[in-house]
Amino acid sequence: MSENLAQDFAVTREKLLKVYPTKAARKRAKHMVLNDPDPETMPEIEANVRTIPGIITQRGCTYAGCKGVVVGPIRDIVNITHGPIGCGFYSWLTRRNQTKPIDDNDYNLMNYCFSTDMQEDDIVFGGEKKLRQAVREAYEIFKPKAIGIFSTCPVGLIGDDVHAVAREMKEELGINVFGFSCEGYKGVSQSAGHHIANNQMFKHVIGLDDTVRDSKYKINLLGEYNIGGDAFEIERILEKCGIDLIATFSGNSSYDYFANAHTADLNCIMCHRSINYVADMMEIKYGIPWIKVNFIGAEATAKSLRKIAQYFGDPELKERVEKVIAEEMPEVEKHRADARTRCEGKTVMLFVGGSRAHHYQDLFAELGMRTIAAGYEFAHRDDYEGRRVLPTIKIDADSRNIEELTVEPDPERYRYRKTEAEVAELKAQGFEFRDYEGMMAQMAKGTLVIDDISHYEMEKLIAYHKPDIFCAGIKEKYVIQKMGVPCKQLHSYDYSGPYAGFKGAINFYRDIDRLVNSKIWGYIQAPWEKNPELIATYVK
Amino acid sequence: MNIRELPTREVTINACKLCNPLGASLVFRGIEGAVPLLHGSQGCATYIRRYLISHFKEPIDIASSNFSESSTIFGGGPKLKQALKNVIDQYQPTFIGIATTCLSETIGDDLQLILDEFNREYRAPGKPLLVTVSTPSYQGSHIDGFHDTVRAVIEQVATGGPKKNMVSIFPGMVSAADLRLLKEVLTDFGLDFLVLPDYSETMDGGMWDTYQKIAPGGASVDKIRAAGRSKAVIQLGRTVRKQQNAAEYLKERFGVESYQLGLPVGIRETDRLMQTLAVITGNDIPQKYQEERGRLIDAYVDAHKYLFGKKAAIYGEPDLVLGIAIFLAEVGVVPVICATGARTGKLGDELRCLLPELEGEITVAEGIDFDDIRTLVERVQPDLLIGNSKGYPLSRQSGIPLIRVGFPIHDRIGGQRILHLGYRGTQHLFDQIVNELIRARQDRSPIGWSYM
Ligand code: SF4
Ligand code: SF4
Repeated sequence: MSENLAQDFAVTREKLLKVYPTKAARKRAKHMVLNDPDPETMPEIEANVRTIPGIITQRGCTYAGCKGVVVGPIRDIVNITHGPIGCGFYSWLTRRNQTKPIDDNDYNLMNYCFSTDMQEDDIVFGGEKKLRQAVREAYEIFKPKAIGIFSTCPVGLIGDDVHAVAREMKEELGINVFGFSCEGYKGVSQSAGHHIANNQMFKHVIGLDDTVRDSKYKINLLGEYNIGGDAFEIERILEKCGIDLIATFSGNSSYDYFANAHTADLNCIMCHRSINYVADMMEIKYGIPWIKVNFIGAEATAKSLRKIAQYFGDPELKERVEKVIAEEMPEVEKHRADARTRCEGKTVMLFVGGSRAHHYQDLFAELGMRTIAAGYEFAHRDDYEGRRVLPTIKIDADSRNIEELTVEPDPERYRYRKTEAEVAELKAQGFEFRDYEGMMAQMAKGTLVIDDISHYEMEKLIAYHKPDIFCAGIKEKYVIQKMGVPCKQLHSYDYSGPYAGFKGAINFYRDIDRLVNSKIWGYIQAPWEKNPELIATYVK
Repeated sequence: MNIRELPTREVTINACKLCNPLGASLVFRGIEGAVPLLHGSQGCATYIRRYLISHFKEPIDIASSNFSESSTIFGGGPKLKQALKNVIDQYQPTFIGIATTCLSETIGDDLQLILDEFNREYRAPGKPLLVTVSTPSYQGSHIDGFHDTVRAVIEQVATGGPKKNMVSIFPGMVSAADLRLLKEVLTDFGLDFLVLPDYSETMDGGMWDTYQKIAPGGASVDKIRAAGRSKAVIQLGRTVRKQQNAAEYLKERFGVESYQLGLPVGIRETDRLMQTLAVITGNDIPQKYQEERGRLIDAYVDAHKYLFGKKAAIYGEPDLVLGIAIFLAEVGVVPVICATGARTGKLGDELRCLLPELEGEITVAEGIDFDDIRTLVERVQPDLLIGNSKGYPLSRQSGIPLIRVGFPIHDRIGGQRILHLGYRGTQHLFDQIVNELIRARQDRSPIGWSYM
């Protein structure tokens, strides 16, 4: 990174902070740092704290993280939103998760949005009766495998006990019914909702089906939500390698996969932010180790596959993985080399999510594009600075709000999947268990990192630095484009994708190439604005 | 008229309505220099932004007072005041529109009290106008939030005085293209006017040369102030209730001559608007519109044979449903299903009164969801669905073509530019409907003829 850019960013940072009242400025300052990838000197960044009122944030609510992100993509659960209509409506299939029912008899409830649509009387006199009836009706109509109940803000306030209702209905209907206390105000962002979803799926679903599949390399993929078909591509690759995917949490998933997930021998985490809790709990209760993987980027995919093979340690698997990589890479290389001629050297900013702003840097790097600024919407410090900072993260009132389950090894089913000697051996080879080194370790020195960027800061940042591409979500897309900068939506992929794995990388190269090299940006200024004299002479 | 109160279930399956603060936010963004602020948890603001953006394909900033757990216990006053300060510092708005959410309503925060405190504490110059509206979503839906907000703005901002040569018009929740059309009509009548809200530019603008804190455009606060001095005021939308009708307020408070008309869709309802404007101004209906009307009638004549006896199911905002039903009846299409997620209590009566000849052929459903719309559609087997993007799964499943109108349109581009109003909008709808029916027949024909 050039010295100049670092200096420019230092100036920008000051300018961004200047508009805020003193107190707000002091708070925001801690969320903006100039990066240093060296763990010794890496700056501390503030994250996962409340957005200041009146600062327009990208963040959603706890309910959105719980219902919308983690549980929503499971195709055979009826998810009932208990609340007034809006919350449920807005989370109705807006994430572009895809799912593939196994056959015509399989469920696909993802197209449905169930809500109790609370009315004034329910608010005044309580909504439990309505909720109970709604659960019954949904069961009657759809006969789902399970029903989840999600609380919205007003529910918490009027004190409806969704868990009690869930217990009663479970008894009455004879299917699994469970509730989520994921009222929007509970946490600082969707992140709290992820945690709540992790807890409840762990408590109520994981471990219900002990059937052990007859296969050699059983893994779960955690934190992959099948946006734009990403999970399909990953499934394809894993299958080709002979790796048996027991469950994906929760892209292209079924309730049954969750119930059976504890029979896997390794948990692979894609999105660390949204799902690490359940990985930790499964390790303690069932003895399944977890590792961080990344299937965004062809190189990253190859690396992750090798890591999985290394874990199982079987030469047969290693060989097969190498074969698959060797088969897939030439096509990738071809497209990459071509796109690279037009993309190399261009600059990127990514402000999105809790892992995507990191993962996609790999893909851009493959195109020779430089990430100059990045940040997450709802991540915590460990996602920026790495899990090594976990012990130093302050627990505030908001985090205390979210239940921490006490988990113990299961008396019958706990079996650590590796012996101490095997673990030691793997560690000696440099294999990292339970580790995530975070986004900042990968970013160049002097780049700008901003947590929970506000709408205002984002607009200013673009106006000052005009990156060649800006990655964000739909809420940001149109303001970015109004300023003449192409935007790639990393929540929904602008109807494109998949971007994961090898084929996904090729899609991504093509899409980015088209975006940054599109002619339309050249038309923004009319010829008479660009060159008034010329027109004058022409008209004469 | 079969009037159905649906659903009969407690569980709502695929709702046909959105929530109140969405309507409020849209109205506030139709005011110049305004920033909407939702008093409640941040999720509501984020969801509503995302939804409006996915329809309009334009940025919209909606602030929030970001409740935390403790605000739910001690009230959200301090957070709201902090939010106001921060919005003022970042955006320097001339107007902040504050709408409540279910949460702040359930707690029972008293906005006026909080704002009084804020006004005492905040003494810096350049303080924007602050307007509040109560929009709990457990009463009504987005369309109620919309009308309530227009009324709140007028109640809190409009002042009286000697009458001016100006007309105020409250168009209801129409598209950006519709707003532009209404402004064109008013201009052609030689009028000075207020259209409230006017998001024709703020939610459908061009590229920016320089960075804009707040998207340019919108009804000016000066005009809103002057609304009490209008020579006449028109509320569009026959189902708008008296307590929500801002025109009615101006009449009662300032004695402004007031009209309540249907959305000008189709010949009859557009004629009514044109005639009303002619009466108000004493001017003739401009030649341009007479010509547009002529072309539209000509098209009706040319193509009505393709439409006669066809059946359509319409769903969405109640006044758009009503307007389209009246228009369809003009061209011989029976609006067999008229459905809305809203509960106005008026849709059935209006249809009965305006289309007495179709008594018995129309099923009217208020408070309905898409699962019940599906049941009705399966029973009646219409030839067409007319409504927003949320009907697409039904269209796909039933094979019945969908004409997209209204809000939200998030599976196509240009939702904000769909023109529904006036002779021109009707022409556009008419052509689309006829062509869609012809296309369906053409696709089904074994020959695949390419000549009509
Ligand atoms: S709580 Fe109310 S205002 Fe907020 S999204 Fe839900 S329905 Fe809309
Ligand atoms: S009411 Fe609460 S749960 Fe619903 S959208 Fe708003 S913040 Fe989220």
